[in-house]
Amino acid sequence: MTVSLSDRVQAATDREAPNRETLHQDSVREHRKLLGLTTPSFLLLGIVLYLPIGWLFWLSLLDKKNEFTWENYARLFDPLYIKTFTTTLEVSVIVTGLCIAVGYPLAYMLAQLPRRAAGICMIAVLLPFWTSLLVRTYAWLVILQRKGLVNTWLQDWGLIDAPMKLVHNQTGTVIGMTHIMLPFMILPLYAAMKSIPSDLMRAASNCGASPSKAFWQVFFPLSLPGLAAGFTLVFVLCLGFYVTPVLLGGGRVQMWAMRIETNVAVYFNWGAASSLGVALLAVTLLILYFANRLFGINKIYGR
Amino acid sequence: MNWFTRPASDTQITHGQRLWLYTLCGLTMAFLMAPSLLVIPMSFSDSRFLQFPPETYSLRWYENYLFSIEWMDATRVSFTAAILTVCLSVPIGTAAAYALHVSGVRYAQVMQMALTTPIMVPVILIGIGVFFLYARLGLNNSILGLVLAHSMLALPFVLITVSAGLKTYDMNQELVARSLGASRLKAFLTVTLPQIRFSIISGSLLAFLTSLDEVVVALFISGGENATLTRRMFNALRDEIDPTIASISTLLIAVSCLLLVLAQIFGRERTTDYRPQEDT
Repeated sequence: MTVSLSDRVQAATDREAPNRETLHQDSVREHRKLLGLTTPSFLLLGIVLYLPIGWLFWLSLLDKKNEFTWENYARLFDPLYIKTFTTTLEVSVIVTGLCIAVGYPLAYMLAQLPRRAAGICMIAVLLPFWTSLLVRTYAWLVILQRKGLVNTWLQDWGLIDAPMKLVHNQTGTVIGMTHIMLPFMILPLYAAMKSIPSDLMRAASNCGASPSKAFWQVFFPLSLPGLAAGFTLVFVLCLGFYVTPVLLGGGRVQMWAMRIETNVAVYFNWGAASSLGVALLAVTLLILYFANRLFGINKIYGR
Repeated sequence: MNWFTRPASDTQITHGQRLWLYTLCGLTMAFLMAPSLLVIPMSFSDSRFLQFPPETYSLRWYENYLFSIEWMDATRVSFTAAILTVCLSVPIGTAAAYALHVSGVRYAQVMQMALTTPIMVPVILIGIGVFFLYARLGLNNSILGLVLAHSMLALPFVLITVSAGLKTYDMNQELVARSLGASRLKAFLTVTLPQIRFSIISGSLLAFLTSLDEVVVALFISGGENATLTRRMFNALRDEIDPTIASISTLLIAVSCLLLVLAQIFGRERTTDYRPQEDT
């Protein structure tokens, strides 16, 4: 009795089949076990992030007598709050716009410079990025105040008679915030521009495009993902910004985050503070979600 | 052909035609650097109103800082918290990054997203939320509470940098080690860890800086004898512009520079953060 070769192969495969199955199950089980290594991280986040945020969400639905209410959310349409939202939006739009206007050319130049020169110029972006937010805000306070550098110099040169009001108002807030947000615009832009093959521009000009035409029709569209990432990042960070507007705005610029803080620290109104916070979180996540859906920016998020 | 007429880009535009770009960029870089650079000489000024350039130099504000028990306490708290934050967030962040990288499960991406949420949530919300929770746990004004909150904030940075490091590492090396008889832990410690050490160091530097520079959460949850340096600085700035802060700022800038240099040295070993990853 002879068994054909094909039969034997078939038999061998059949014998291996359960084996393969077990091996696969083993590796899956091992990988599941490995995921246990993420437990400490999830535990930490669970306790100091998810739990408190969930709690705030719950608080936002309760009134002072701990009864369910929509009152806290209805109050978001109070003229006082609407004013805060419009101020926040206004400042955020101005700062984001300035960051694009100033950051795009710089990122463009950095991306085109030879490696060594770009590395040196990059220090100008990275040094402030790594410097404490508070230190930079303080520096602007000193530079822009009534007897500060800018006013002293402008007066010494006879350009102005009386000191200008540059700080403790919206001007100061915008200057300080732009300075702090600029690296968040430049770094994603730079990354996107660096990944554009330089051959494309050469090809465009070979095909007869003028430099500006080559830039607008080839380079600029390809840099849009970086611009979108920078825009989203800066805008979202501006919406929730606290420190700089408090110190440079001098109480004259009421931003969203400040309204949350006063509700907690001054009025002890947790319901109002949490509804404002939940609304801020919702807006932030919505923007991030759509930005991610449209441009796939999540890769660039992060310092 | 002089510099002005030499082509500057692939489209043959000349340096001369680009002067406006260079000027604008020069001004932008000055704008970016100026605040940090001006504070340093001003901190050595002798007058109460910070001048630039200072008329007379002195170390008055440094003495003010170094001989103040309050400032020294705050500095100690800040550095202790920052070091402990690194000690907590880096091991657990690295473990999580490794697990998510190795286990090719479908949910890994979602889990990674979930672990990076701290950078997406507005920090003011984290501040009041943690304050509310700690009020019930009695953790407000304690180093432990501060370290837990800061570790949570630092975790995404550790996770992102270590994950990036793992992506450029060939996991087969670990398989080889294991097939030669090493246990998973031993293979990780002796083969993988040494090769991803630079991303772990970068992650640690970021975690350190995240904690040291953090203001908003510390404003809510640190206080009393455990007030951080940033909290004290913030409150001092709210009242009046105390020149002592110029000296503290100068020292903090020095710390930042040091960390930046370290990050550049260690970061050079792998693809740096601001460049796109090769495999994406």
